[in-house]
Amino acid sequence: MSTFQPVVSEKTAAEAVYDRIIPAGEGWIHDLLPGQVLRIIDVEGNQAVDTLFYSTEDPSDHYSAVRTITRQHNLYLTTGSVLVAESGRELLKITADTCGRHDTIGGACSAQSNTVRYSHDTLPMHNCRDTFMLMLSGRSEFTKRDLAPNVNFFMNVPVTPEGELVFADGVSGPGRYVELTALAPVTVLISNCPQLNNPCNAYNPTPAQVLIWDVEGGGSHV
Amino acid sequence: MTSPFSITLQPGGKWSARIGKGKSITLTAAGDGANLSALLYDAFHPSERYNMPDSLKAQHTAFYTAGHVLMSDQGRVLASVTEDTVGWHDPLGGYTNRVGTDSKYGSTSYQQERNAWHRSGEENLVVELYRHNLTPRDLSTPVNFFSKVICELDGSMRYIPQETAGRSVALRTEMDVLMVFSNTPNPLNPSKDYPESAVTICVADAAPVLEDDLCVNHCGENRRAFENTWNAYALMRGAN
Repeated sequence: MSTFQPVVSEKTAAEAVYDRIIPAGEGWIHDLLPGQVLRIIDVEGNQAVDTLFYSTEDPSDHYSAVRTITRQHNLYLTTGSVLVAESGRELLKITADTCGRHDTIGGACSAQSNTVRYSHDTLPMHNCRDTFMLMLSGRSEFTKRDLAPNVNFFMNVPVTPEGELVFADGVSGPGRYVELTALAPVTVLISNCPQLNNPCNAYNPTPAQVLIWDVEGGGSHV
Repeated sequence: MTSPFSITLQPGGKWSARIGKGKSITLTAAGDGANLSALLYDAFHPSERYNMPDSLKAQHTAFYTAGHVLMSDQGRVLASVTEDTVGWHDPLGGYTNRVGTDSKYGSTSYQQERNAWHRSGEENLVVELYRHNLTPRDLSTPVNFFSKVICELDGSMRYIPQETAGRSVALRTEMDVLMVFSNTPNPLNPSKDYPESAVTICVADAAPVLEDDLCVNHCGENRRAFENTWNAYALMRGAN
């Protein structure tokens, strides 16, 4: 399909200033400076990395899924996509992508939505929104109101012209990655999805890896 | 409610209200090309709110029509779409902002055009949210009633004009909700003319939810969301 155009990064892992494995089911929150580059790696393939972004300067300004997709007139994210906040503020740009498509409307699983989608007895199961809330609760600038529709990196949720929403097999694979360059001070919140109800990861949640590079040609301060 | 309540939003108009559980809200467009953006919250605990991904995922749909429900982030049903003569309501187009409105329709101001100046969705929604002690951080994805936006298989999004003159969609509140409305254009509507359709909002008592209800029985997911909603209200009710 024409939108599947992998773009490989020239950055090497050895030059990264930050390298962290996020085990399945765990969260990660981190502030990026403008110009810093974040690579998210689907280590074993077909994992969904649920991600939210906030303006670090105004944490009440969250990533907006629909402002991002209506601006580019396309539902999916890939190289060239600019991720914008609810205010329209530009947060990050995808500058490399070897997966080719990332979901914008699937959102994050929650205990409550799992009861709706699967069965009432899934309520106690681990889920992304609990992870998001635990991570946000650790920082005083956030509240539950700051949870918004998120990006699902490496996930494929096609919409048909007839308006059907389907969950398709992943387009990702082991080692595929997406790379984002911060356009402003950005706080990144990840829940590496622990979902055990959805066949998209063959019921086998796996780790994700994050690498960060500093601003090109300069120190870590902007 | 003894007699129905009704208000007409002219193009650019806005309105918000807390509307109790068990009401029927009928939205009727006066002309074609209507677009009424709506945000929904729990009336008393607005951190519980309409959640676009949860609603779409549970119902395997990227649009709304009769039978669909609008779910909260707590797995409950805020409102159901009980009747629809339009056919497609858009959950993906979002709302307009000031910069987009000025660049698309031309710069207008109250100073020059008086009340005919072009309102933006963002400003309308923020004002109505603020009235209820909410702020821009509470903005999220609205439902754009009367608009059709399709996604091609490559993800490209396209606004499809629909006949909306005289057509209506009816919602039934399943919880006590705060509803915020803005009669402002769909951002993906390519027309350079600011849409000019008034929309009337009529609120009356809804008929009771019966066992054969269209929305409850639309799919297993909807039934479980209704069960979550009924349980939540049962927990709050007194013994008598």
